[in-house]
Parts: sequence; C-alpha cells; structure tokens
Amino acid sequence: MFRRLHEPANAVTIQIDGSPVRAAPGDSVAAALLATGNPVCRQSPASGADRAPFCMIGACFECLMEIDGVPNRQACLVPVREGMQVRRQARPTPVGAVASPADKVAS
Amino acid sequence: MSAPGDFDVIVIGGGLHGCSAAYHLAAARLKPVVLEKHVVARHASSASAGGVRRLGRDPAEIPLAMASIEMWHAMRATLGDDGEFRATGQVRVAENVDELRQCEARAAQVRALGYDHEVVIDRKELRRLVPAVAEQCIGGLYTARDGYAFPFKATTAFRLKAEALGAVVKEDTRVEAIERSGERWLVTTNRGPFRAPVLVNAAGAWGAEIARMLGEEVPIEPVALMMMVSGRMPHFLDPTVGSMGRKMSFKQMQSGTVVIGGGHRGRVDPLTELTELEFQFLGESARTVAAIFPLMKHAPLVRCWAGIEGFTPDELPIIGPSKAVPGVFHSFGFCGHGFQLGPVVGSITAQLVTGGKTNLPIEPFRVDRFAGSPPQA
Amino acid sequence: MSAIDLAIVGAGPAGLAAAATAAELGLSVTVFDENTAPGGQIYRGIEAVAGPRARDLAVLGPAYAAGKAVVERFRASKAGYSPATTVWLVQKDRRLGILRDGKASMVEARRVLIATGALERPVPIPGWTLPGVMLAGAAQSLLKASGMVPAGPVVLAGNGPLLWQLAAQFVAAGVNIAALLETGSAYKAALPHLPAVVLAGGYLAKGLGLIASVRKAGVPIRRSVEGLRAVGKGRLQAVEFTAGGRAERIPAELLCLHQGVVANAQLGMAIPLKHEWVEAQRCWRPVLDAWGNSDVEGIAVAGDGAGIGGADAAVHAGRIAGFEAARALGRIDAAARDARAAGDVAAWRRHLRARPFLDALYPPARALRVPADDVMVCRCEEVTAGQVREAVRQGGTGPNQVKSFTRTGMGPCQGRMCGLTISEIIADALGKPVAAVGTYRIRPPIKPLTVGELAALE
Ligand SMILES: Cc1cc2nc3c(=O)[nH]c(=O)nc-3n(C[C@H](O)[C@H](O)[C@H](O)COP(=O)(O)OP(=O)(O)OC[C@H]3O[C@@H](n4cnc5c(N)ncnc54)[C@H](O)[C@@H]3O)c2cc1C
Ligand SMILES: Cc1cc2nc3c(=O)[nH]c(=O)nc-3n(C[C@H](O)[C@H](O)[C@H](O)COP(=O)(O)OP(=O)(O)OC[C@H]3O[C@@H](n4cnc5c(N)ncnc54)[C@H](O)[C@@H]3O)c2cc1C
Ligand code: FES
Repeated sequence: MFRRLHEPANAVTIQIDGSPVRAAPGDSVAAALLATGNPVCRQSPASGADRAPFCMIGACFECLMEIDGVPNRQACLVPVREGMQVRRQARPTPVGAVASPADKVAS
Repeated sequence: MSAPGDFDVIVIGGGLHGCSAAYHLAAARLKPVVLEKHVVARHASSASAGGVRRLGRDPAEIPLAMASIEMWHAMRATLGDDGEFRATGQVRVAENVDELRQCEARAAQVRALGYDHEVVIDRKELRRLVPAVAEQCIGGLYTARDGYAFPFKATTAFRLKAEALGAVVKEDTRVEAIERSGERWLVTTNRGPFRAPVLVNAAGAWGAEIARMLGEEVPIEPVALMMMVSGRMPHFLDPTVGSMGRKMSFKQMQSGTVVIGGGHRGRVDPLTELTELEFQFLGESARTVAAIFPLMKHAPLVRCWAGIEGFTPDELPIIGPSKAVPGVFHSFGFCGHGFQLGPVVGSITAQLVTGGKTNLPIEPFRVDRFAGSPPQA
Repeated sequence: MSAIDLAIVGAGPAGLAAAATAAELGLSVTVFDENTAPGGQIYRGIEAVAGPRARDLAVLGPAYAAGKAVVERFRASKAGYSPATTVWLVQKDRRLGILRDGKASMVEARRVLIATGALERPVPIPGWTLPGVMLAGAAQSLLKASGMVPAGPVVLAGNGPLLWQLAAQFVAAGVNIAALLETGSAYKAALPHLPAVVLAGGYLAKGLGLIASVRKAGVPIRRSVEGLRAVGKGRLQAVEFTAGGRAERIPAELLCLHQGVVANAQLGMAIPLKHEWVEAQRCWRPVLDAWGNSDVEGIAVAGDGAGIGGADAAVHAGRIAGFEAARALGRIDAAARDARAAGDVAAWRRHLRARPFLDALYPPARALRVPADDVMVCRCEEVTAGQVREAVRQGGTGPNQVKSFTRTGMGPCQGRMCGLTISEIIADALGKPVAAVGTYRIRPPIKPLTVGELAALE
C-alpha cells in the first residue's frame, strides 16, 4: 500500500506469515507490513473483521501482531530485526463456541 | 403516598444489596426509594469480581449462600435478566499434598454440616474441568452449580425490576443526616428530605457512617480490593478458579477477557473515595497467575482497578435489625464476598421489614456482636 | 534505588528541551520514550533523515528540519535517555512504572515532567475500520520514519493544518492525491482572531503557503464536505461524500483522515491530575499554573500534553519546565528562574496567540463529534453510536456507566480512540455540557502489560 522514496541501504529481511519481506533498519514492523501489498495485520477480536495499522504512533492498538512468538505486540512501535518472525493474528476462539465441560457434567 | 418525599422504606445505598432489597420490598408491594450518592453500582457492586461462589464460605454463611444460589439460577425468570450469570462451576486448585489434604478436610467439614456441594476432585477430574491448569496442580475442591455474573449488569437487573415494580431510585443523592420525626425517619440529603417509617442501611463500606448517624458504632475498615482484566483470549476456561494456597480468583468471561482478583489490597482514601493501586502486589498476582495458568504469560492486562469494600473484624457481614433504634435494618460490610449473597440478603431484609422475622439464621451477623469486645491493638 | 532529580516522559520537543535545560543546570535527568529514537511526533525520525535519506528534507519541509537543533542540543547535554521504554504508571509519590525489554520495573524521581504530546482526534465515519483507512498523522509518520508514501491514489479528508501540511508533503513527493476533502473550515468565526495570529508570527504565511502549493499542483479540492464514508469489501475501495449538495464517489486505495490533534492526557488522568474541558479545542487538559505545575506536588506537564500549542510553543514550555524543576529542587532561586526563563515565557505566549485563530478556523465537524447511530465509535469493542445512545436511555449518565453497559473503552486502546466521542455523544443526548458529563476513569497501567511483564515487578 506504501512505496519507498528510496531503496533501503543495508536492508534486513523479516518473515510475515512465512513470506520474506525486505525492510529498512529503523522501520517499524507495521511500516514493513504496509510496504507489502497487504496491510491487514489481524482480525478484530470482537467480530473477526480484518484490521490494519491506523495511527502509527502507538495509540490505537490496531496493529497488534505476533512477533517472535509473542502475541499482541504493537507493530508500529517494534523495530524490525533481521530474521524476525511476524504473524497476523486471527480472531481468538469466542467463549461459547466450544461446549463447556460444566454443561457436560450437568447433562 | 401523600407527599412526594414520602415512602414506605428508604434504602440507603444503590449497590447490589440496596437494589436487591428495593426489588424484594417492591415485590412485597411496598414503595421503597433508593438513595445513592453517586450512581447505581458506583462502588463494590461494579468493581466486584462477580464470583457466584458457595465454595469455601464461612459455615455461618453457608445457609444463606445455599438459598442465594437458587435465586441466581432463577434470576432470568424472576428479573427478566440473568445479569450474565453463568453456572460454570467454581474450582479451588491444590498445588501440593498439604493443600489437597486441606481440600479433604474442608469437604468433610461441609458434609458434617449437612451439605454436599463441595467435592474433592483428583488430578484427572481437575484437568477435565480446567485443561489449562499447570502441571503441579494435583486436584482441588469443586462446586458444580456455582459460577459468575457480570456485577454491573446483575445490579442493574435488580434496579430495573425494582423500578418496574414501583421503586424509585435517586442518584446523586447523598444522605447527610438522619433524625426521628414522630413515627418516621427524616433523612436529609443534598437533594432535600425523604421520610419513611423504615430505613435500610445498604451503604457498603460507608455503612458504619450511616449506623453512626443512628447512634450505633460498628467497626468497619474500608479496604480497596484490586482487580486486573486481560484482553480477549481464545476460549480456554469455563469454571472460576481459585487456589487453596495463594491469593487468586480467575475466570474467563463471556467476552473472552480474563478477570483476575484474589484479595490483594490497594490504598484507599474513604473520604475522597479514591483508590490507588499497589503494583508490587499486582506483580505477585501476576506471578501466581503465570504459575497456575502458564498460557497466560503473554496475555495482555488491559485494565487494573480497585473497589472499596467494608471489612469487619471477623470478616462476616452485618445483616439484620438495628439494636439501637426501631425500624432500621442493616445490610452492609460484606468483607469482599457479598456478591453471591446479594439476592438472598435483599429478600431477608424484605422479610424483616414486612414480617419482623426471617427463616434463615442471621444471628452470626448481628450488628452488636463487636460491642464490648476488647479494643483492637 | 536512588531517585533521579527529574524524570521526563516523552522525547518530543517539549521533553527534549526540558531535559537539556535541566541537565545544563546540573540536574540528573532521564527522558523515557516508547519510540526508539528522539523527536516526538513532529520530529519523528529526524536523526534518520540523513545520509541517503537527506533528500527527504526537501519533501518534509523546513518546519521539520528545525527539529535537528532541538535534538542536537539534547544529545549534547548530560541528560539520560531511555528509548523503547513505555511509562505505564506515574504515582503521586513520583514513582514511575516503566516497561523496558519485556520487564516492568519502578523508577523513583524527585520531580516528574509529563511531556506526552498529542494524539490525533478520532474521526468516526462509516467504514473507518477498513484496511486502507488511516489517520493523516499515521501516513505522515511513515514518511518521516521510513521515507514511505502511498503507492496508489489517496484521498485526504477532514480539516486542520496537519492535513494541508501532509498534502503539501505528498505533492512534493509526487504522490497521486485523488482529492482533498475539507469537512468545513469556519473562516467567519476565525476572523476576529486574525490580528493575534498575525502577531504570533509566521503561522498565517506558512498555512497559506501550504494551501497554495497544494492548489498549484492541481489537487482536486472539495470544501464543506459532508456525509463522508469509506466503502469497500474488506478493504477500502472508494470514498463517498456530498459537497455542495452533490453526491460523489472517488475510488482510492488509501484514505487519510484528520480532525486536528488533542492533548494526550492519559498518563496524567491516571494519577489523577486535575483536568478541565477546553471548549475551544474540544478536549481535556490538565489544570496547571504558569510554570506547568499540576495540582499534585512535584508533577508538571509541558507541551501539547498540556493543551495544544504546537511544536514551537512546546520547546519553550519545555525549557520553562526545566527552569522550574531547577528552582523546585533548589539549584536556582525564583529570581534566577524568572530571569533565565523570561525569553522563553515571552516566546511561548507569542506562539500561543496563534491558537484561537486555528482552533476557530478548524472546528471538528459536528457529524464527526456526534456521529449517527450506525457509526462504530469504539473500534476495539465494535460499539456503535446508537448503542451508546441506547445505554443512555437505559439510565447511563456518564462514560463510566456507558462503558459497563456496552464495553466501550474496555479494549486495549483504553479509550484513546473513543473517549472523546463517547463523552460528546452522552453530553449531546442528555443536553448537558461535556464538562459536566466527564470522561472515563483512567487507571494504570495506561498501556497493557502482559502477565509475564508485570510478573517481573517485585
Ligand atoms: C474488587 C472486588 C472483588 C469482589 N469479588 C467478589 C466475588 O468474587 N464474589 C463475591 O461474592 N463478592 C465479591 N466482592 C464483594 C461484593 O462485590 C460486595 O460485597 C458487594 O458488591 C457489596 O454490595 P453493597 O451493595 O453492600 O456495596 P456497594 O456496591 O459498595 O454499595 C454501597 C453504596 O452505598 C452508597 N452510599 C454510601 N454512603 C452513602 C450515603 N451517605 N448516601 C447515599 N449513598 C451512600 C455508595 O455510594 C455505594 O454505591 C468483591 C468486592 C470487590 C471490591
Ligand atoms: C501523529 C502526529 C503527527 C504530528 N505531526 C506534526 C507535524 O508534522 N508538524 C507539526 O507542527 N505538528 C505536528 N503534530 C502536532 C504535535 O503534537 C506537536 O507539534 C509537537 O510534536 C508537540 O510536541 P510535544 O513535545 O508536546 O509532544 P510529542 O512530540 O508528541 O512527543 C511526545 C512523546 O512522548 C511519547 N510518549 C507519550 N506517552 C508515553 C508514555 N506513556 N511512555 C513513553 N513515551 C510516551 C510519544 O511517543 C512521543 O514520542 C503532530 C501530532 C501528531 C499526533
Ligand atoms: S497503529 Fe495504532 S497502535 Fe500501532
């Protein structure tokens, strides 16, 4: 969705959902994501709708991604690092979608 | 009703206990007014963890808790709203053999009193009920029909039903003085006087202030109990989980958020009604949670808060008639576990108002039980 | 743990200027900021715009380049700097809760300066959660920090100086601007403040220059835009609106929204410092004395976090706060403070003279302050304006109750994206002033901590 005014010097490579993405040192993970064709970073926990980074200054919490195994990190505040593993976050399984063990006891 | 300021009963305090009393009084065809200095459920009754728990209650409270749980299960039918009550059970985990022995002793104690709601569960049953529990947990205590509700919504459910039955709720109305005028009580507020022959003191942590206005001294310590809540997590837990050995209450709500308490105390200024959180205790709370639920390690805690609750020296509430003056009934100072009791104590109060007695044993909660006891060091 | 003299939260112009000033007077100072480099919002990435990116200065403009001097003076001072550090708590006793390297810990300070700057005002329109819709400042942050610009056609919508500034920067960078949609500017209301803005120096000429450069580039401009909506299936495809009674639809890949900035008061509110509603800026700000001191002993606020004044005012406010810290901690006496700060106080006042004009010229549109029922106002929990009004009908008299009814403000942003809108909707529904309705009770941690991070706190 965004393009760079210059090609980055000393580019680093991170993985987003397993695909390599080139980024400039100093880029935030969210910036690296937005330089790809797909700005979506996660599904909203409430409805599951796709969301993308919105404020880029750490205020809106739309850019939450799993970074190096840690979920819910603010991708707009985390700088890229060579080899970083980034994942888009799926909507958490809602409560009630799974039968409750207590229900089974009762029935 | 003759004058607009005239009611059958004045209920002081718009928390769960005041709203429940108002509902039961209105259901008994009386006209109560609830006077609340802020808004309904401003204090303990919205800050609460909302645990609907009989598990581990003081023996004195068990008869009341047994009656109350039936009222929670019937809430949708009686109030038209269940306050998001979910009967997913309550578990207390044991992390070592000592704690498991305590579980067995407790279950035996409860059985000896004639109840069978608390049962010991083994490692396998614990994992069936709470798959996410840590390896070191070897069993626990379990009550199947307990659960949790959404405190604000449960309180609001009582309030709305009470209003539908004719009760009046006055928010932003602070009781400043109480005096006897003939056969009635004259209650002075920032919004003018209210009169009624009967008063219910449901002022929570401020219940002793109201009692003092009536010439009755009750030792109540206002305490700030701290809570934390996580962001929405994938569904992993149904029952509410506590611990035999550590301070923890832990539940996943309908929204997927995890509500964490356990009685860690913050600082409170009862005058300004402001609380401050003590983060080193919340740090301990976080370590407990991480130890019992390892999958919580990366769970974001999105909010922390503290609610003000009144504690008595024996950690049992004050319930029943004033011993100093006629026509006054107390229901306050629930010591951090009055949520589950909300439905039943409101009905007890209504029974006392209408018939002067109740069939539930409330003697242990009488207001004058601390009188004459040696002063606290 | 020995206490530092002055802990500063925020490495924007206010925090940096305060740090340099206080350190030059011999105080031990540490600046905490959650970004990895100093500069704050306006000077974001300023140290990185060098070497191969030096050319970007031509795009970013002279106002941005002015930040170099501010950062250099800070770097030359003895002030300590803790980047990538979130301050999630400030206590009345001046202990700070910080998060660094995945661990929470506490820092003690004899004085605290909150210089947390501004946030963009939320712009709730239908479709504003679609990927492809961002705040204008977000797009600008990408330009500053990473030298990135929109690849496809972009629509800029809203009002305020920053929107025009971004448009001018995009023009300079050769971005395809499909349209600039102004949601209304109140020239008549602003007119009485014209003499003051002229006296403030530079502001008018700068603004007119930006507007002229955008016009000259032939960017399609629509005025008095209403009914703004972002449309698309799972992704922004077009922007719809009416202007001059005519409905229009403009295809776009990116929509940048802006309605001015408001004080980022979250940290101070959580203490809590006393706050007041500022009608002219339609936001909350802390109540401060002339030296930036709050109602809590030893805690001061400077810069846009104290009410919007802009970057130049923020520098002077920061320096004033630095002198005051030195006085409060006994390094200089009141007379020395007054003498040293005199120039900054005069300059600060001069810059603030521009505000009434700008505030009056660019009021947030009513439809964006008090949106229609179907508009989502809380992005985290997906609550609509209609649900908020329903909670008011059920007896909700303030934001905290509406929060309990609807879950607004309960998500991870803790109300940053919905707080103002919720207060405005409730005030409007009850026919009360916003000041009487109040805002959410903000509690620390003002940003989520994970269980593991908090567990590190002993
Ligand atoms: C953090 C926390 C967690 C808890 N968790 C649980 C749990 O899991 N399970 C459980 O069973 N219990 C729990 N509790 C306890 C339970 O929530 C309380 O016992 C219960 O809500 C008390 O209700 P109340 O109506 O007595 O008090 P409150 O809800 O505090 O209501 C008293 C009201 O009286 C008003 N008032 C006081 N003085 C005046 C005056 N002069 N004039 C007018 N109004 C006045 C106050 O403003 C207040 O709204 C918890 C409590 C807290 C704080
Ligand atoms: C997105 C955005 C872009 C802007 N761009 C411009 C512009 O180009 N030109 C212009 O004239 N004005 C701009 N402004 C207006 C801007 O507010 C001021 O011009 C100026 O930056 C204010 O300076 P300050 O020092 O008060 O705060 P800021 O520059 O905002 O600095 C505050 C700093 O504090 C940090 N911070 C906040 N809270 C915490 C916390 N809890 N823990 C750790 N760190 C924290 C922030 O990340 C930030 O780095 C912008 C505002 C925003 C919101
Ligand atoms: S994009 Fe808003 S917090 Fe990261």
